[in-house]
Amino acid sequence: MIELAADKGIRLSDNSIASSPLAVRGLTVSYGQKPAVFSVDMTVQPGAMTAIIGPNGAGKSTLLKAALGIVKPLSGQVTVFGRPLEEQRAQIAYVPQRASVDWDFPTRVIDVVLMGLYRELGLLGRLHARHKARALDCLARVGMRDFADRQIGQLSGGQQQRVFLARALAQDADLYLLDEPFAGVDAATEKAIISVLKSLKEAGRTVVVVHHDLATVSDYFDHVFLINTRRVAEGPVAETFTADHLQAAYGGRLATAQVDQLARVLG
Amino acid sequence: MLRDALLLQLGYNATLVAVGATLLGISAGVTGTFLFLRKRALVSDAISHATLPGICLAFLLMVALGGDGRSLPGLLAGSALSAWIGLLCLNWLTRNTRLAEDAAIGAVLSVFFGFGIVLLTVIQTLGVGRQAGLEGFLLGSTAGMLWADALVIALGGAGTLALILLIRRPMTLVAFDPEYAAARGVPVHRVDLAMMGLVMAVTVIGLKIVGLILIVALLIIPPVTARFWTERSDRVVLLSGLTGGLAGYLGAAISASAPNLPTGPIIVLVAFAFFALSLLVAPGRGVLAALLRHLRFQRRVHLRQGLLALAQGQPIYEQLTLRLLRRADLVRADGVATDAGRARAAKALRDEKRWQIVRADHAHEAAAALYDGLRDIETVLTRDQIAEIDSRIGGPQEVLA
Repeated sequence: MIELAADKGIRLSDNSIASSPLAVRGLTVSYGQKPAVFSVDMTVQPGAMTAIIGPNGAGKSTLLKAALGIVKPLSGQVTVFGRPLEEQRAQIAYVPQRASVDWDFPTRVIDVVLMGLYRELGLLGRLHARHKARALDCLARVGMRDFADRQIGQLSGGQQQRVFLARALAQDADLYLLDEPFAGVDAATEKAIISVLKSLKEAGRTVVVVHHDLATVSDYFDHVFLINTRRVAEGPVAETFTADHLQAAYGGRLATAQVDQLARVLG
Repeated sequence: MLRDALLLQLGYNATLVAVGATLLGISAGVTGTFLFLRKRALVSDAISHATLPGICLAFLLMVALGGDGRSLPGLLAGSALSAWIGLLCLNWLTRNTRLAEDAAIGAVLSVFFGFGIVLLTVIQTLGVGRQAGLEGFLLGSTAGMLWADALVIALGGAGTLALILLIRRPMTLVAFDPEYAAARGVPVHRVDLAMMGLVMAVTVIGLKIVGLILIVALLIIPPVTARFWTERSDRVVLLSGLTGGLAGYLGAAISASAPNLPTGPIIVLVAFAFFALSLLVAPGRGVLAALLRHLRFQRRVHLRQGLLALAQGQPIYEQLTLRLLRRADLVRADGVATDAGRARAAKALRDEKRWQIVRADHAHEAAAALYDGLRDIETVLTRDQIAEIDSRIGGPQEVLA
């Protein structure tokens, strides 16, 4: 498998790439002339819950989108479980930001979750009762079973986020990538989402989350990736989520109040 | 006369036109739905106007090759080619310049149409071939429709529908959530192009009946009409096809029932009639339904506020509130609460407390989502659940009103 990856012209500086659920090497993305992400290396640990953190505009979402091929990078390589991204699409479940969607679209909650079965159904495959049962099961896991027949526009922001998560669950993937799932959601939703993510981790799946709330990093995640256009630090939360690294990532943008709050969290 | 037309009893040409218009309406309605869901309805306007130069150039080419320039397949092939070029221009402008899509549409539409009109004028002054009738493609002309023309429309329409059946899932996925679609490996750009290609095909086969200026109406009005009636995208597609087909059929019949009624414009007007009807009377999203809902809601708010005011012994000043309370025999003419009024008021106050608990309790989330400050709590919770909540509130148990 390592040979195969090498054939595709992928730099193998360390063996961890082959086993990493998501390995990014030398990734640069630019909107116009200013790079949003510059020459970033990232090696996600298998079976871990990793938070991608950094200030606004640091390229967190862009990194995720480029890793998924949604945004075309200027340079860099992405491997998923040691193989090129295109071969591994079925292993990846993505939860985009809520704002990326028109919520007045004529579709029900259950239909959105069924979109997660897109590959399984194929172009002409018939929708069977077992597909529906699976979609309802995924909705139940995020506490949205009762909402299956509602039009998606009738949901609150947090509920919409949970439906997105249910759609990702329906894929039954090995790698879950979530873009700011806790942005603008209620406490009940945050609790529901984090418990689902933890259950995924317990089942051996890998979870990567673009996260903005520094106060909850230590509670929710075991690995952290700090970025500010360039990679700042990467590693287990206990060693990497330090005041020094945060200062390096956020610079002067971290408000005094936030620093104080973090000092308390980090002890 | 109209009855004969509806029963296809007005002769060969009228029957051909009616069948052709129905098929065109169905395929335009179905195809247009995906364009509408993708929020790119106006792209069809650019595509349709971009057909004109192709028609004229195809005519000139066929005349130069020694024909009379009137072969429909030849003209349609030319129109498809120039529409495709227009589409590629539009795509290039939106992807590679800072021009927004609406501006790019305006640019492509006017330039291609202008060029087409110049060619049309040149052809008329040249006096070659049998050019009379080329301008019929602007607004459609069904007078001389042939069996072969109807066949082109039927085959084209069937082909479009078959293709849509094949790629309906990726098209829906891309329309709802393009980022997610891209993450799943759906080639978003290619799906978009395929959708535009289908729109182009419908435009081309519709040239004969409704013409390039009005085909937009057949692509947009049916899905917008269908959207009033359902919240499910697959049903929007079906209803839109139905609306388009019906508009085509009725429009063709009406125009055949009297002399000098243009087919294309009548079809569009019939489609508009469906739209206007839906706008008014559709149960969920219609204007009348919304107005009724608003009035009913206003009354419920007033009644509720009045009951809460009664329960708390506050004076009521709003005339509408008093009138509603009086009409329901909850207060007497002098503004004093009746027995029934006092009972209802007490229940309203207690429901407020119950709702407070329901909304604070995560276990009742589905019920709490229905909270609007007005709903009777029995409509969302069972008797046992209410009893459980009452036990938490304490105090006297419910007195049945």
